Order: sequence, then C-alpha cells, then structure tokens
Amino acid sequence: MVLKAFFPTCCVSADSGLLVGRWVPEQSSAVVLAVLHFPFIPIQVKQLLAQVRQASQVGVAVLGTWCHCRQEPEESLGRFLESLGAVFPHEPWLRLCRERGGTFWSCEATRRQAPTAPGAPGEDQVMLIFYDQRQVLLSQLHLPTVLPDRQAGATTASTGVLAAVFDTVARSEVLFRSDRFDEGPVRLSHWQSEGVEASILAELARRASGPICLLLASLLSLVSAVSACRVFKLWPLSFLGSKLSTCEQLRHRLEHLTLIFSTRKAENPAQLTRKANTVASVLLDVALGLMLLSWLHGRSRIGHLADALVPVADHVAEELQHLLQWLMGAPAGLKMNRALDQVLGRFFLYHIHLWISYIHLMSPFVEHILWHVGLSACLGLTVALSLLSDIIALLTFHIYCFYVYGARLYCLKIHGLSSLWRLFRGKKWNVLRQRVDSCSYDLDQLFIGTLLFTILLFLLPTTALYYLVFTLLRLLVVAVQGLIHLLVDLINSLPLYSLGLRLCRPYRLAAGVKFRVLQHEAGRPLRLLMQINPLPYSRVVHTYRLPSCGCHPKHSWGALCRKLFLGELIYPWRQRGDKQD
Amino acid sequence: MEDERSFSDICGGRLALQRRYYSPSCREFCLSCPRLSLRSLTAVTCTVWLAAYGLFTLCENSMILSAAIFITLLGLLGYLHFVKIDQETLLIIDSLGIQMTSSYASGKESTTFIEMGKVKDIVINEAIYMKVIYYLCILLKDPVEPHGISQVVPVFQRQSLTLSPRLECSDSHHSLQPPPPRLKKSSCLSLLRTWDYRCAPPRLANFFFYF
Repeated sequence: MVLKAFFPTCCVSADSGLLVGRWVPEQSSAVVLAVLHFPFIPIQVKQLLAQVRQASQVGVAVLGTWCHCRQEPEESLGRFLESLGAVFPHEPWLRLCRERGGTFWSCEATRRQAPTAPGAPGEDQVMLIFYDQRQVLLSQLHLPTVLPDRQAGATTASTGVLAAVFDTVARSEVLFRSDRFDEGPVRLSHWQSEGVEASILAELARRASGPICLLLASLLSLVSAVSACRVFKLWPLSFLGSKLSTCEQLRHRLEHLTLIFSTRKAENPAQLTRKANTVASVLLDVALGLMLLSWLHGRSRIGHLADALVPVADHVAEELQHLLQWLMGAPAGLKMNRALDQVLGRFFLYHIHLWISYIHLMSPFVEHILWHVGLSACLGLTVALSLLSDIIALLTFHIYCFYVYGARLYCLKIHGLSSLWRLFRGKKWNVLRQRVDSCSYDLDQLFIGTLLFTILLFLLPTTALYYLVFTLLRLLVVAVQGLIHLLVDLINSLPLYSLGLRLCRPYRLAAGVKFRVLQHEAGRPLRLLMQINPLPYSRVVHTYRLPSCGCHPKHSWGALCRKLFLGELIYPWRQRGDKQD
Repeated sequence: MEDERSFSDICGGRLALQRRYYSPSCREFCLSCPRLSLRSLTAVTCTVWLAAYGLFTLCENSMILSAAIFITLLGLLGYLHFVKIDQETLLIIDSLGIQMTSSYASGKESTTFIEMGKVKDIVINEAIYMKVIYYLCILLKDPVEPHGISQVVPVFQRQSLTLSPRLECSDSHHSLQPPPPRLKKSSCLSLLRTWDYRCAPPRLANFFFYF
C-alpha cells in the first residue's frame, strides 16, 4: 500500500525539526500532529510524549524528520538526521524535505527491518495529504455508519482512514495546549503555537452559569413538584389536562427548560448540541411570542377581537341553522324521509339554540378572558397557538357534538343492517369463534328481521346525509387544528443552532472530505489537499431534530376512510399517551 | 499526462472526456458537457412570455406579466443551480478512495468521496433506453452483512455515455499500466483494464429498463 502522510498546513513553513504524530499501521498512514524544533534534549522529548500518551490515550510518537532549509541538505546534516532515527526508533522512518521558497517536496519512508514479502523494496512510496488542523479538530464527522461521537474508542481496521485521522486529531488536544510563549522544555509548531485561542465572554459565561443554573433548576423543580401534586390527578382536572393541547405544550416546555438548566454537564457533543438547539428553540419561541404580544396589545386590538368574536359565533350558528333548514327540505333534489328528517332537524336546531344562549351569557367576559389569554403569549408563541387551537375546539364544540350524534346513529344503523343482511342469507356472527356461521332461523324471526331490514334500509339515506354533512364540518375543524399543531411542532423541533452552525461555520458539521490534487511534477511525490465537505441542510435537520410532542396522524389514509365508512369516531390528532375512545 | 477524446451522449450532444494521469496511484477522468445554448434559452423565454401575454389580453391583469418575469428568472436560476451540470470529474486515488465531483453551471460543486475500504466491487450494468447503453457502478459494502451490498453508486450520474458494444473507451486501458504487484487491494484499477468488450464481459450485473 502507498504510505499516506497527513501533514498540517500550519507546519508547512515551520523550521526544521522532528515530526510528532501517530502511525496507523492498518491503513498504512502517518498522521503528523506537530513539528518539534531543534535544539531539544531527547530524554525530555520522550517524557513529553509519554505524558501526552497517558493523557489522551493516543499512541503519539516521533515519526521522522522535517527539513526546511535554503538548499539541499548537506552531508553532515544528512548524517545527523539519520542518527536521530537511532535515538527515536520508529518503523517506518519518514524524511520530509522542502526547499525554502520552493513548491515541490521530497519524501522518503525507510524500513530498517528486512521486508517480509519478497520483491518489496525497503522504501515505500509516499503520498502527502495536507489538512487544516484547526478545522479537523473542531469538526464532527457524520459518516453514514459511524455516529458523531468522539468517544468511539480506539479505531479499528473496520473504520476508515478518515475516521482514524479525525479521531487522532480530536483526541490529541493535550498536545496543542502549549504555545510559543510558554517556557517549556521543548518548542512545538502546531495550529495553536502562535497563541492559544480563548474568549473572555465564554469564560465569564462559564463562571456565571454555575450559580444561575442552580437557582433556576431549583425553581423549576418546585414548579414540577406543584404540577405533580395530587389535586391535578383528580378526575375533572386530569381529564382537562389530557384533552387541552396547551397543557401538553406547557409540559413539553417545562421539560426543555429543566434540560437546559440542569446542573449536570453534557457528556458528549450530541447532548451539548441538543442543549444548544433547545436553548435556540426556546429563545425563538419567546421572541416571537413577545412580538405577538406587542402587536396584540397595541392599538386596542384585543378590544376589536373581542367585539368581533361574539358576532362571528352568532354568524356560524345562523349558518348552521340555514344548513339544517336546507337538510329538512329537499337537499340537492334528494327525497328524504319526512318524519325522521323533521325529528333530527329539530333535535339539532334545539342544540344550536342552547349554544347561542350560552355564547350570549358569556359575552360580557370575553374581553377580559382574551386579555389574559393574550398575556400567555409571553411564555412563547407555541403556547399562544395551542391556546388558539383549544379556543377553536371550544367554540366549535356544538359541531363536535353533532358529529358524535350523527356518527353514533349511522354506526348503529350500519351494524343493524349488516347483521340483518346476514340473517337474510341465513348466517350469524359467532362471537365465540369470531367468524360468520350458518344458522337456522324460525319463520317469525325471519319475518321480523326482514321487516326491520327494509325499514333500516329505507331510512339509510337520511341518516347518511346528516352524517356526511356533519363529518365534513368536523373534518374542516380538524384540518384547521391540525395546521396549527403542525406550526407548533415546527417551532418545537427545528434545530436552529445546528442550522446556524452549518450556515456560518460549515466545517464544524462534516459529511466527509474532498481532495484536490496540487501542482504535480513527474518524479515527485503526489500532493493532495484535504478539505471538509459540509453536511447538506436536509441531513442537518434530519440528524439534529428535537423530539416533538408526537401529534401527527395516527391512522393511514386507508384506515381513516374505513372508519369514516363504518361510522366509527375519528380523532386524527390524538396526543401521545391518550387512551383510545 | 493529459488526453482528450470526444463522444456523444444518448440525446446526440457532444461530450468531451479528458484523462489526466498524475502518478501511478492517481488518475482523473473529467467529462465536460455542452454549455447552455442561447437558442434553447431564447425559445423557452419567448414561449413563456407569449403565453403570459395571451393570458394578459384575456384577463386584463398586469400581475400576470410580472409573475411571468418572476417565474422565468426563478426557473432559470433554479435550472442553472440544480439541474445543469457543466462538468463531472472522477478522481481515483490508490488506497485512499474514489471521488466524484459534479460542477453545476452556477458554480456549485457537489462532491462525494467513497473510501477504498467501503468499495465492494465495480461492475458494468446494462440499461435499455431506446438502445442498449452501459454504465459503470460502484458497489458499497454493507457494514451489517458481510456479503450484502448497501448501495449501488453509478459513476457519472447525470451524463450517460453511449458506449457501443465495441466500446470506444477500450483504448483507455492502454494508458493504464498494469498495476504494480504491491497494489493487491485496488480492484478498481484492475477492472478498468477489462473495459474492452471485444472479449467476453467480466460481469453483467442487471438489466435496467428506462422509458
């Protein structure tokens, strides 16, 4: 195999010295981490390398020599460099050489031991690959089979060259801690040798975050203890709590805040990214909520809304009345059963009458309620939207009731028809065996059964029409609620921090690498430049999505249609953890 | 060492294949396609604007004209950025991997790099699209199942080279020297030698029907 030498671009113009790095024998590649300059004392170098090996669990060693001089190295220098190979034994021994101001390099790799395979020469061909050390250190590789987790342990032959290189550079942070202003025994050249990177703001934030997190975590635990107390487990409140999407959203946000302000440090980069994404999501939510709040409370819009709400509810009720009058006549030219039609129509009209009375009773308090509800927007836009969805559900409660009545009636009729149809054919449903069995009926049973079947069959169009109309209305309301929930879900789960990172610092999220062949001359070793290939936006969203409430439709389209046909009640936007009706 | 040959694709457009030989362990194949022609661009723009003007005379709404301009601009930008490929490059680096780059007309470059350890095999597939065409595919190993294949990656995805059964690329194998005895794992370089269809093909993997 061709020997691959990964060389950092920051050391390209460094003075001559020793190459310090890690040798990966399975992939026949040498990852150079730093250059150690002359003069040095070999025993101190060995001590430093032993310390780094212990601290970082990376097999750092002296790989060879680096020569950056004005002209070709003289004989004496050449022999000095060769003698270094005896002081720091390493197989194979690399010798990289570059003329000051020249573009082309010369590389040699020699093995001291006799080659095991016959015909293989003592020298290997070397390929030079330049990499940006800072970018490789800070980036996270997202290979399809490898998780972006730096504690992947020792790399084995099954992981590729790239994973080995990224892992080596990431874990050797200990080596990069000293810069040229430190008075250490050895002088290294690496990406931080011109000065260690640090930020005052980050340090201050780190110091301040300790006590603040402690305070907020205790407050939040108090709030969660209060919400978990027994009063809320009793029947009315627990029922309301499970039905209202506002409570679900508040619970979700409380979980997020507990995660952000927990005093435990993040163990791995994935947890840190999740925390950061949660913070960004909460901040966006609160910002949008405050904008909504300022818009609502400015220019007395709440008053206008409250004034418009009761007439709108009245208008909806009037439209429903018109619809029922239409159904009680001859809708779309269909001939209905007059008696049943009148009964159903009057029944529903009475309900609408009740509903309008309740709305009129509540109208003096609407403005106050809306004002307080508007205040909830400061908790976040998602809370305000959930409240809106709940208010829509409450205002269209009569449509829900009509749908339930119509669906139950229709369901009953369909079940009656199917069992009487079986009677027609002389069969029966065996509950024990859960299948259809033949059965011999008496004459009078058959007579009654046929009569009932005929009656139900001729009454079917009327019931079916009422059921159809109210189901359509209910589906409309459900669709509006679903849209609102989708928006809430989007704000909850969008990983804003990761998207911002991908936009501003694309090298931090790496899908892979790309190579570029640098200027090449025949007879010289091949030189490649390795750059980071950033992750596409779709994969960023897919990998770093925050877990959402889980309010997406539970049924497939086929199951939904089947339920509609049979008259079973549908609740497409059931929250997670609710019991089935 | 550079070399250039021209071929034609399925639709009859001209393609130019450039081969660069950097070293015994590194080769680059660069396929460049014809640029966007002014004639087709003018034809499409004129059609869209004539249709918009026709609608305008019917509806008397000037929004249609501004919408047509907007649509034309967006459509052109989208076509240049997402659809029109100027050049596709295949870089083969021994014992490192295979890199495929597509550069679009708007300057965007999308690169995929496949490590040599993941390559299971390289096969030539036949496809029937009005006539028989051949295309090269890379088969990737499945990490879970040792004998399975996780993905089939066609090389030169957007441009389809019509290779007649006699395979005009057959003389590319003359430029490739026989692999040195040390390179045992580079199955890709050894298979490129067998592109010559004058002898029996090494592997016929699948038939694909394209309509």
